[in-house]
Amino acid sequence: MSQSLDAYLILSGILFAIGTFGFLARRNAISMLMSIELMLNAVNLAIIAFAAFGAFGGSPAEISRGSVIALMVISVAAAEATVGLAIIIAIYRNRRTPLVDEYDAMRQ
Amino acid sequence: MSPASPFLTGPIVAAAEGAAGGPTLDLPWNALIPLILGLPIFGFLFTAAVGRRLGKQAHWVPVLAVFAAWVIAMLAAYGALTHAEPFGESGLVVELYTWIPAGGFQVEVNFLVDSLTACLLIVVTTIGLLVHVYSVGYMGHDPGYWRFFAYLNLFMVSMLLLVLADNWLVVFVAWELVGLSSYLLIGFWYRKNSAALASKKAFIVNRVGDVGFALGIMAIFVNTGTLNIRESIGLMTADGAQNAIPLVVVALLVFAGAMGKSAQFPLHVWLPDAMEGPTPVSALIHAATMVNAGVYLVARANLLFAHSVEAMVVVASIGIFTAILAASIAMTQTDIKRVLAYSTLSQLGYMFAALGVGAFTAAIFHLMTHGFFKGLLFLGSGSVIHAVHEEQDMRRMGGLRRKIPITYVTMLIGSIAIAGIPPLAGFFSKDEILGEAFKLGFAWVWLIGIVVAIMTAFYMFRLIGLTFWGEFRGPREIWDRIHESPRVMTIPLILLAIPSALIGLALGLPLGDSVIHHWLAPVFDEGVHVIEEARNVHPGPYELFGIDGFLIGASVAVAVAGILAAWRLFGAELPGIRIGPRHGAVRAISARVPFLYRASLNKWWFDDLNHLLFIVIGGRLAAAMFWFDRVVVDGTVNGIGSLTVSAGRGLRQVQTGRVQNYALGIAVGLIVMAGSYLILAGR
Repeated sequence: MSQSLDAYLILSGILFAIGTFGFLARRNAISMLMSIELMLNAVNLAIIAFAAFGAFGGSPAEISRGSVIALMVISVAAAEATVGLAIIIAIYRNRRTPLVDEYDAMRQ
Repeated sequence: MSPASPFLTGPIVAAAEGAAGGPTLDLPWNALIPLILGLPIFGFLFTAAVGRRLGKQAHWVPVLAVFAAWVIAMLAAYGALTHAEPFGESGLVVELYTWIPAGGFQVEVNFLVDSLTACLLIVVTTIGLLVHVYSVGYMGHDPGYWRFFAYLNLFMVSMLLLVLADNWLVVFVAWELVGLSSYLLIGFWYRKNSAALASKKAFIVNRVGDVGFALGIMAIFVNTGTLNIRESIGLMTADGAQNAIPLVVVALLVFAGAMGKSAQFPLHVWLPDAMEGPTPVSALIHAATMVNAGVYLVARANLLFAHSVEAMVVVASIGIFTAILAASIAMTQTDIKRVLAYSTLSQLGYMFAALGVGAFTAAIFHLMTHGFFKGLLFLGSGSVIHAVHEEQDMRRMGGLRRKIPITYVTMLIGSIAIAGIPPLAGFFSKDEILGEAFKLGFAWVWLIGIVVAIMTAFYMFRLIGLTFWGEFRGPREIWDRIHESPRVMTIPLILLAIPSALIGLALGLPLGDSVIHHWLAPVFDEGVHVIEEARNVHPGPYELFGIDGFLIGASVAVAVAGILAAWRLFGAELPGIRIGPRHGAVRAISARVPFLYRASLNKWWFDDLNHLLFIVIGGRLAAAMFWFDRVVVDGTVNGIGSLTVSAGRGLRQVQTGRVQNYALGIAVGLIVMAGSYLILAGR
């Protein structure tokens, strides 16, 4: 384990940037969902790093608080992925394409 | 209410005296007085609903309704004029219901029957009844027979409400209702363009006055917080009353309404045109009743006017000016009904002159006598027009006395009455107006009034001369078919001729202390007293062999002079008097004063002046307004609209509907916000 918080945060930032780029640039809806997962996990990494370096306090209970938040995020992310995939499948059945730039119903 | 007001203590004292002893007339007045209105209302609704199906029988319900109303009104008038209980000197108030109960603002529909109301009730119901009967004959061949009677009953309702109401707002409602029925009846033959235009003219000119009246009522409410007529006037004129709006302004605003309804200069232009309506309408509404509403209103508010001397002078000036203006026009008109219409204007001018100088009783006296003889003259003219087959131009009449004797005799009585020859009705009332004007210090009103009296006698006997005397000037085949009107028309003429001849004797004697003075004293005494104090004029006792005898002599002399002048020019065929018409002399005199002749013939160009002011100049102004509205106002509104639309069209490009574009927007926004936070926090 590195002794520097910066290294974790830089990694977290890079992961988040990749996720953001993926979300904005990929045309495939499944890839966009994956990019969201990447962003969420980047955030998880940052939270756990903060907690491990004592951002919430020095006691073991306080250090483990970061893990609890991360677990929470993971479970919410799993639920969100389920719903997201269901929506994508529903749209796919309707429009016969996974490419989001063809989903322009909101413009009508 | 301040108990110091003499207005309020007066009636209480009077009531106490009345209770001590005096005549009583105990009838269920609380039911009877509303019935005076209810009967014609029923007649109107019934005839309006089913009259069409009744055909030639449509007159029964309206005529009987008015007859019943007449009976009740006569009873009530008798009670009120003899000051019998429960009327007393201050009149009987019949409470009907509260129309507008809004906290402190209460409008009650109450009826007040005092001696002033009683005088009006006599005129309105009597002439109304006779006109209803007359119309059965006159309108007999009209396809709108039932409609005519429905309108007539509507008018009766409105007019009776006007004289009975005890509240300014109710009076105003009635005021507008008589205007409406006048409009409907002037435009009765609405297919005739001139009738439709005349009805609109009457309505619009009346609106001008009504605006003033409405403002006056608002001013009264601002000043006193009540709309009850007697209460509000009592409050406004009480000693030390603080009026937000000066009494002169209030009085003049109310007078503006009176000017419109009673057709006083400069709002007189509608009345001559109103003769487009059927002749019974002219007799009832535009001679005997509705046009008196203004006189009644000012008389009702006499205390208000008495406390604003300047307003009284305005009333007197406008009245006497209208009198001489209209009389001068009447001298050259050739349409028989128009002569009578201008005569009506002139006589109404007399009434306002009387009100203005403070001779309220004389004004109401003249209102009553004038109602009878002018109603008679109009109905007579209707009989003449009927006889000569709808011809109204007197130049194509003449010699009719041999064909329609009843009409001739009754109209002759009416003419002598209006000319002011004793002992007929007009003499008493007109002489009282002139005499009072002189004695109250208005010598100029008296002088102009005397000139008007000459003119009145002249134009009436010109009318008689052209119509009934001399040779018939119309087509031969019409002359052969001229016949007297049916009895249903001649009997009302005879019944009107009787009061025209005798009402002066009945009410005007003894001179100086007449019956009508006793009748109206409770209504007018305080006002007269206030005026005499304000002007510091105290007329002495009546002197038949002094100033009053001289005034009587003067007015009789000028009346005779006017009649003789008319005889010289237009002939006379009375028993023992035979004068041939001299058409050459008429033309010569007209040619000698061309300006005056043309001015009179063209009604002093008032219609042309109104045309110039309101049609030409007003039209230009309206066009300019229309341009401004279209270009500037509409332009602004439309500009804002189209700006919004085009802005929307531009912004619509941003909305692509693609999720990723929105997400990009979110990301960029986040980066910008976070970045600027960092930059700002880092400083």
